[in-house]
Amino acid sequence: MIEEPFAEGNTLFHRRDTRVKLIAAAAITLVLALTSSFLVASTGCILTGMLLALSRPTPSLLLRRIGSVNLFTLFLWLTLPLTYGGDKIVSFFFLDISLDGLRTAALITLKTNGILFCFLALLATSTVANLGHGLEKLGMPRKLAFLLLFSYRQLFVIHQEYQRLQRAARLRGFAPSNSLHTYRTYSYLFGMTLVKSWNRAERVHQAMILRGFNGRLIPLNQPQPCREDYLFLIGMLLISLLLAGIPFF
Amino acid sequence: MTTLPPLLELRNISYSSPGQSSPLLEGVNFILREGRIGLIGPNGSGKTTLFQIIMGLLKADAGEILLQGKVMEQEKDFRKLRRKLGFLFQDSDDQLFSPTVLEDVAFGPLNLGASPEEAQKISISTLEHLGLKGFEERITHRLSGGEKKLVALATILSMQPKLLLLDEPSNNLDPTTRERLIKILRGLDQAHIIISHDLDFLASTCTQLYAIQDRQLVRCEDKQVHSHEHIHPYGDKPHQHGT
Repeated sequence: MIEEPFAEGNTLFHRRDTRVKLIAAAAITLVLALTSSFLVASTGCILTGMLLALSRPTPSLLLRRIGSVNLFTLFLWLTLPLTYGGDKIVSFFFLDISLDGLRTAALITLKTNGILFCFLALLATSTVANLGHGLEKLGMPRKLAFLLLFSYRQLFVIHQEYQRLQRAARLRGFAPSNSLHTYRTYSYLFGMTLVKSWNRAERVHQAMILRGFNGRLIPLNQPQPCREDYLFLIGMLLISLLLAGIPFF
Repeated sequence: MTTLPPLLELRNISYSSPGQSSPLLEGVNFILREGRIGLIGPNGSGKTTLFQIIMGLLKADAGEILLQGKVMEQEKDFRKLRRKLGFLFQDSDDQLFSPTVLEDVAFGPLNLGASPEEAQKISISTLEHLGLKGFEERITHRLSGGEKKLVALATILSMQPKLLLLDEPSNNLDPTTRERLIKILRGLDQAHIIISHDLDFLASTCTQLYAIQDRQLVRCEDKQVHSHEHIHPYGDKPHQHGT
């Protein structure tokens, strides 16, 4: 089952209005994504890391998430120093290592993790349902918001159907191996998952139509941002301004 | 003296499944006069299809559906019909799609134009009425089969329909939940049509029985006396059967 473990909790971040968090995350991400300064990237990484700590995520889950993202940056560390070129090159045994490449890999790693921390602290602390409604309130076209909410909901359905079929196969003694039988079975499983999810989606759609659905999801809880939300937003915008201003000092 | 037109009337409904040469339903006529109707028939005889046609999910090849004397033709008409008729699916998993029970029960009222506060109030009282108090924040896909069925019923009742179409509601329910459902259905003001293979269930919830026979809807005789053996251990205790 797909869970939203980071959305459970009751810290300062969990209580904030989703719209406020979306704007804050967009501002900080924009600064971090566009910067080419080491100082901005590392300060940003430290600041967002502090925000993340304040949202009190479960350490083991957090490490796994950070780990899976950094698997990609690991590839940059492996490839960029060898392929980047430039003037500053250090020979290390038989390898020519580009210092510029190392620098770029480090910068990208800092930026990636800064943005990741920011998203984990600000966005992962809301449920996807709230994010969808928040985005719609912020002016994202209704169709896109609907698409986001329903793609997410449909993931569960597909996942469930797949698990059900896989269980059925396993119960009848199916053990994957490197054989034509295995590949054929998996292609049947995938094909059936697709067909069954499609059918189920259609029935869910019917159920929605029967209950008066007309293309717009109306959220039940629509809290208005309170004073603390605005103060939080100002704080977050100040952080992004500070980050953006560092190169000018 | 004017009499009110019947809530639901079917006139000469015919339907063939796509790709099938012989029709599934042919010239089905039905007038809902009494409130509690049971519908039986073999698997694949078109019971669920008939419900889907009534709700406007499938289009009949021929015939008319009348709601309170008005012919339903366009999707617009059926949208009105769906406010008055509630359809409980065979598989509750198809019916529950919101993360929490409260959101799911409130989905219908919200779509019908209730404010979030009203929708929340209606939903909570509906849940309470079904003995599901405290279920509001439960996660729908983690409920047990019986709980899912009752919550699915709540999602329909919260729209305050006049007629319920229930598709095999007692399937896969344990005896306690089944009894609970019978009690709930007997206590409701709404009319209902129940598809079931469970004749005991129909006997305790319905006053009239129809069967799909030779592509037609046929009214069953009221009572028939016969003797039979019981394969369950409660045969010596007094209990009721359907026809």
